Amino acid sequence: MAQLNNMMRMGKGVRFAVAYHGDGKGIFKRIMRYLLADHKGIFCLACVLIVFSAVASIGIASFLGIFVDRFITPLRGAEAPDYRGFIGALCFLGGIYFVGSLSNFLYNRIMVSVAQGTLKRMRNEMFSHMQRLPLRFFDTNTHGDLMSCYTNDTDVMRQMLSQTIPQIISSTISVIGVFSMMVFYSVGLTLLTLVFVSVMFLVTRKIAKKSGGYFIKQQSALGRENGFIEEMLSGQKVVKVFCHEARAKARFRELNEELRFNASQANSLSNIIGPISNQVGYLQYIAVAFVAALLAMSRSVLALSPYGWANGLGGALSLGAIVSFLNLVRSFNMPIQQVTQQFNSIVQAFAGAERIFAVLDAVPEDEGGTVTLAKAEEHDGVLEERRDGTIWVWKIPGKNGFRYERLRGEIRFYGVTFGYEKEKTVLHDISLYAEPGQKIAFVGSTGAGKTTITNLINRFYDIQSGTITYDGINIRDIRKADLRHSLGTVLQDTHLFTGTILENIRYSRLDATEEECVEAARLAGADPFIRSLPQGYDTVITADGANLSQGQRQLLSIARAMASHCPVLVLDEATSSVDTRTEAIIEQGLDKLMEGRTVFVIAHRLSTVRNAQAIMVLEHGRIIERGNHEQLLEQKGKYYELYTGKFELD
Amino acid sequence: MIKTLIGSVRQYKARAILTPLIMVGESAMEILIPWVMTYLIGVIENAGESGLTSADFAMIARYGGIMFLMACVSLTCGVLGGRFASQASAGFAANLREDMYERIQTYSFANIDRFSASSLITRMTTDVTNVQTAFQMCIRILVRAPILFLFASIMSFVIAPQIAWIFLIGAVILAVVVALLMQKVQPNFRQMFKKYDKLNSVAQENLTGIRVVKAYVLENEEIEKYRQATQAVYDYSVRAEKILVVVTPLAQAVIYATTLVLLAVGGVQIIRNGLQVSDLTGLLSYCTQIFSGIMTVTMVLNFIAMSRPAMERIAEVLREESTIKNPADPVFEVTDGSVDFEGVSFSYSGREDNCVLHDIDLHIRSGETIGVIGGTGSSKSTLVSLIPRLYDVTEGRVKVGGRDVREYDLESLRNAVAMVLQKNVLFSGSIAENLRWGKEDATQEELENAARLACADEFIRQLPGQYDYDLGQGGVNVSGGQKQRLCIARALLKNPKVLILDDSTSAVDMKTDAKIRSALREHAPEVTKIIIAQRVASVQDADRILVLDGGRVTAFGGHEQLLRESEIYRTIYETQNGGNCNGAAE
Repeated sequence: MAQLNNMMRMGKGVRFAVAYHGDGKGIFKRIMRYLLADHKGIFCLACVLIVFSAVASIGIASFLGIFVDRFITPLRGAEAPDYRGFIGALCFLGGIYFVGSLSNFLYNRIMVSVAQGTLKRMRNEMFSHMQRLPLRFFDTNTHGDLMSCYTNDTDVMRQMLSQTIPQIISSTISVIGVFSMMVFYSVGLTLLTLVFVSVMFLVTRKIAKKSGGYFIKQQSALGRENGFIEEMLSGQKVVKVFCHEARAKARFRELNEELRFNASQANSLSNIIGPISNQVGYLQYIAVAFVAALLAMSRSVLALSPYGWANGLGGALSLGAIVSFLNLVRSFNMPIQQVTQQFNSIVQAFAGAERIFAVLDAVPEDEGGTVTLAKAEEHDGVLEERRDGTIWVWKIPGKNGFRYERLRGEIRFYGVTFGYEKEKTVLHDISLYAEPGQKIAFVGSTGAGKTTITNLINRFYDIQSGTITYDGINIRDIRKADLRHSLGTVLQDTHLFTGTILENIRYSRLDATEEECVEAARLAGADPFIRSLPQGYDTVITADGANLSQGQRQLLSIARAMASHCPVLVLDEATSSVDTRTEAIIEQGLDKLMEGRTVFVIAHRLSTVRNAQAIMVLEHGRIIERGNHEQLLEQKGKYYELYTGKFELD
Repeated sequence: MIKTLIGSVRQYKARAILTPLIMVGESAMEILIPWVMTYLIGVIENAGESGLTSADFAMIARYGGIMFLMACVSLTCGVLGGRFASQASAGFAANLREDMYERIQTYSFANIDRFSASSLITRMTTDVTNVQTAFQMCIRILVRAPILFLFASIMSFVIAPQIAWIFLIGAVILAVVVALLMQKVQPNFRQMFKKYDKLNSVAQENLTGIRVVKAYVLENEEIEKYRQATQAVYDYSVRAEKILVVVTPLAQAVIYATTLVLLAVGGVQIIRNGLQVSDLTGLLSYCTQIFSGIMTVTMVLNFIAMSRPAMERIAEVLREESTIKNPADPVFEVTDGSVDFEGVSFSYSGREDNCVLHDIDLHIRSGETIGVIGGTGSSKSTLVSLIPRLYDVTEGRVKVGGRDVREYDLESLRNAVAMVLQKNVLFSGSIAENLRWGKEDATQEELENAARLACADEFIRQLPGQYDYDLGQGGVNVSGGQKQRLCIARALLKNPKVLILDDSTSAVDMKTDAKIRSALREHAPEVTKIIIAQRVASVQDADRILVLDGGRVTAFGGHEQLLRESEIYRTIYETQNGGNCNGAAE
C-alpha cells in the first residue's frame, strides 16, 4: 500500500539522482544512525515483528500441505470421521494467521512513525545546518540543487526507510526459511532451482542496468526540458514581443522528442522485467517438475533428500516431497523478485542521502567574536547594564569583567582588501570613515565593488587584509549575530516572506509594536499604497511578493529596515524602482529617523546620493574620488562625468 | 475534460487500445498456468503407492509442454503490453506537453497574466507527469486487474462451483472495506500535500532570502518556522499513512479468513468425497490473484481520482482561447512610425469602470523622440504596451502608420514596433544567439553595430569569448545594466519603425544612458522613439515629453515648456536636480 503512497507522490519530485559516488557502506551506516537516533527500541520491535510475519507466512505455506495430508486425507471416506484433529488444525492455522496479520499491521504502523520521524529529524537538521552556513555556500550551490535535497532526496529516503528496509528484512527471512525447507526436501532439486534463480538475477540485472541507463537519460532530458519550459514561459512576454514563437516551438519539439524517446525506452524496459522474471519462474517450475519426476521414477539418490532419508527412502524423493517442493518453488521466487525490484530504490536513496550528507557536512559560519550587544542605562556618566535600559551598548569582555561602550554607529575601514575568490581581488585598499549622523554614499558603475563594501560591514564575507572597526571595535571581535542586529540593511534584491505586510515589516525587529511598524511604513512612503490594499496591513503577500510591483516591494523593504531602529542603516539600490517623488518622501523620513545615526547609501541616481555628507566614487574596487556633491562637481572628474552625462558627448 | 485530454493521444491511439487487449492475453495465461499446474501436481499425487509410471511421466511432460507454450504466450504478451503501454503513455505525455506549449504560444499578454508563468510551468511539468502515470496505469493495470479477477473467479467456479462462492463473499467484503478506507485516506493525503508544499515553500524562501535572514539574524526564528512545518508534515503524513497501513494486513486478514473458510468447507467436502484434493489446492492458488486484483483496482481508481485536479489544470490550458487574434485580412506593411491614440481607454479586466487609462489622445509623428514620465502606478507601461497590440484597447483606437493596430498582421506589427520591456529577460545561450532574436539571420557586423548603438559592444569585448559568451539561464552571467543594454541591442536589430524603451536604462549609469540616447538620435533618426524613464535627464532632450498621472495625460510638450506649464513635471525635475545644480545638468 506504500505503493499507493508512491503513486500519489509521483510527479511531485521530478529530478531523481540515479547514482551515488561514495562508499555505500558508510552511507548506509549513517542512514541507520539517523534511523536509530530516536527510534532504537521501537525499530528493533518492528524488526522482530517483521520476522514474526515472515515466519508466519512460511509456516502457513508449509502447513497447508501437511494439513491436507494429515487431517483431510485420512478422514476421507470414513463412516464417522473424527473431526477433532481437523478442527484443532484449523484453529492452529487460524492462530498463525492471526499472529501473521497482527505483526504485519504492527510493524507497518511502527515503520510509518519511524520513517516519518527519521525524515523529520533529517529535514530539521538539514535546515538548521543550512541556516548556519556562510553565504559563500549559497554562492557556490544553486538553489535548484539545494531545493532538491529537501524534496526529491528526502522523498527517496522516505521510500527506502518505510518500504525497502522492511521489505529486505522480510524477504531475507522468507528466502532463508523457504530455502532451508527446500533443502530439507531435496538438495538436488534446490541446486536446480538456484540455477534458475541466478539466471533470473542475471537477466533482471541486465535489463535493469539497461533501463537504468535510459532513466538517467530520461532524467537529464526532463531536466533540460523543464529548464527550457521554465525559462521560456517566464520570458513568454519577450517571446511574444519578438515574435519568436515559431523558433521556440521548434526547439521545444526537439527537447520533447528526446524526453519522449528516453522515457518510452526506460519504461518499456522496466515494464518487461516483471513478465520476464515471471516466465523464468514458470520455466523453473516445469524443469523442477520434470527432474523431480525423473528422479522419483528412478528412485535416484541424486535427489539428496534428507526428508527421504528420514522416511527410509534413502536420499530418494517421495511423491509428497515433490508436491511440497513444487509448492515451495513458487513461494521461493516471490521474495527474490521483490528484492531485485528494490535495487533501484536503494541506489536512488543512497544517492539522495549522499547529497543530503554533503549539505550536513558543509562547514558552518563561525559565531564571530565575543563582544555582544546589551542595553544599559547611564548614571553620572557610568554605563550600567539593565535589561530594560534605553541605550544600546557594546559589552566588551576584558580581564577584569566587562567594559561598556556606547553604540554610536561609527564605522571605519582601514586598508581593506577583499575578493570573493582568492585570486580575484574586488576591493583594493579601501579606507573610509563614517561618523555617527553622517550619510555616506557610494557611486560608481556596475561591478565597481559598491555592494561588496556593505557585504563586508555585516560580515557576510571576511576581508583578506585590513581592518574594519565599529565604534572602535574590530568587527571580528563582535559576535556576528549582534553585529548584524546593529545594522539595518536593505538589500539590492528585495526579498519578502510569505505572510502579512505587517509581519514583513516586523521581520527586522520581532518586538516592534503595530504602531511602530505603521510609523516605519509611513516614513518609508509605503503607507498610502498599503492602505489602498483590500486588507491593508493584514494583506497576505504570496511567495516573494509577486503580487506587488517592484517599487512597492522596495518600499516595504525600506519600511522593514526602518522598523529595526538600528544605529546604522545600509541601503543598497533601495529605491531604484521608486519614482523620484516618493523617493523624496522616503528621504525626509530617513533624515528624521536617522538623526545622529549612520547611513550608507548605494545608488545610481543623483537625487538619491546628492545630500550625502560624503560621496565615494568607486571604480574597479578603488575609491577614486571623495567629497560632497558640490566638491565633486567642481573636481569635474568621474563623478561629474557620471552624473551630467555631458562629458564625452558631442 | 477527459475528451480534451484524450484528443492528445493521436498517433498512439493504436498502442493505447492494443495494450489492454494484450493484457487480456497475459492475464488469461496467468490464470491458466496455475490451473495446468494443479493437473501436473494431480498426476504426481494420484500416482499412488506404485510410484510414477512412464505413462505418468508422459503426462507430466505433456502438462509441462503446455505450460511452456503458455509461458511463451504470456511472455510475448507481457513484453508487448509493457512496451506499448510505455510508448503510448510517454507519447501521450509528449503530445500533451506539445499541445500545451503550442497553445501557450498563441496566448496574448492577457492570457499569460491570467495564468501566470509559474502556474503554466507547473501545469506543463508536474501535472503532465502525474497524468502520464495515471494514463499508463489506466491502460496497463486498470484493465488487467479486473480481468485477472474475472478469470480467476471463472476458473474457481469451473474447478469447484460448490465452494467458489466463498471467494465472492470475501471479495465483496474486501472491496467495500478498501474503498471505504481510501475514501477516508484521500482528504488526509490532500492535507498532507498542502503541508508538504508549505514546507517546501519555507525552504525555498529561505534559500532565496538567505541574505535577509542573516542580515536580521533571524536564523533561529526561521528554523522554528521550519520545525513547525516539518511537524505538520509529520502529523499529517502519519495520520494519512496510519489509515493506509491498515489496508495490507486487513487484506491479508480477509484472504486468510477466506482460506480458513475454504479449508473448513472444502475439507469437509473432501472427507465426504464431494471434492478432489487438487481442486482445493487449485482454488487456494487463485485466492491471492482475486484479492490483489480487487485491491489494485481500488487503488488505481483512487490514484486517478487524485490526479483529477492535474487533468483539469491541463485541460484549462488547452481550452483557453487567445484574447488577441490575427485579423482575417491582415495588412503586412507598416508604412511609417507615426503613432496615434484616439480616445483610448483601457482596463485590464475589460470592464469600463476600472480603467487604468482614460481618454488618451496623442499624435506622434514618425521619427519623433517622445519621453514618458510619471509616478509609480501612472500606467506608463500600460500605455506603450497598446502600441504593439500586447493588449487590445477597451475603447478608442491605437494607430501605427495611420492604420488601426487591429488591422495588421500581428507579426508584422510587432516586427515594426520593437519594445524593450521593463521586466526584460535574456535566455540561456550566447550573446550572439540572444541578439539574433531580433533578426534571425543577422551578420556579425550587424550584431556589432546594434551592440555599439546600445553601448554594449565595449563590455562584450571584455568578456571571454566575446559575442559567444554564454549568458546562463535568464542571463545571470551579466549585470543588470549590461542586461538592459543587451536587450536594447536585441530590439534595435529588428530595424523597427517604432522603438519603445520601457524604463530600459534604469540600471545603466547616467553617462552610458546619455550615450545610448545620442547614438539613437544620430543613427536611427527615422525611428520613432518612445522612452519611459524615472530620470528627467533621460527624457529632457526628447522632442516632446508626455507627463502621465493616474492614467491621464496631464501635459505633453518640450522640456522648457513643461517646466513652465506642468506642475508635476517641475516637481519631479526639482526633486532630481535639487534646483541648485541646474548649471551642472545643463
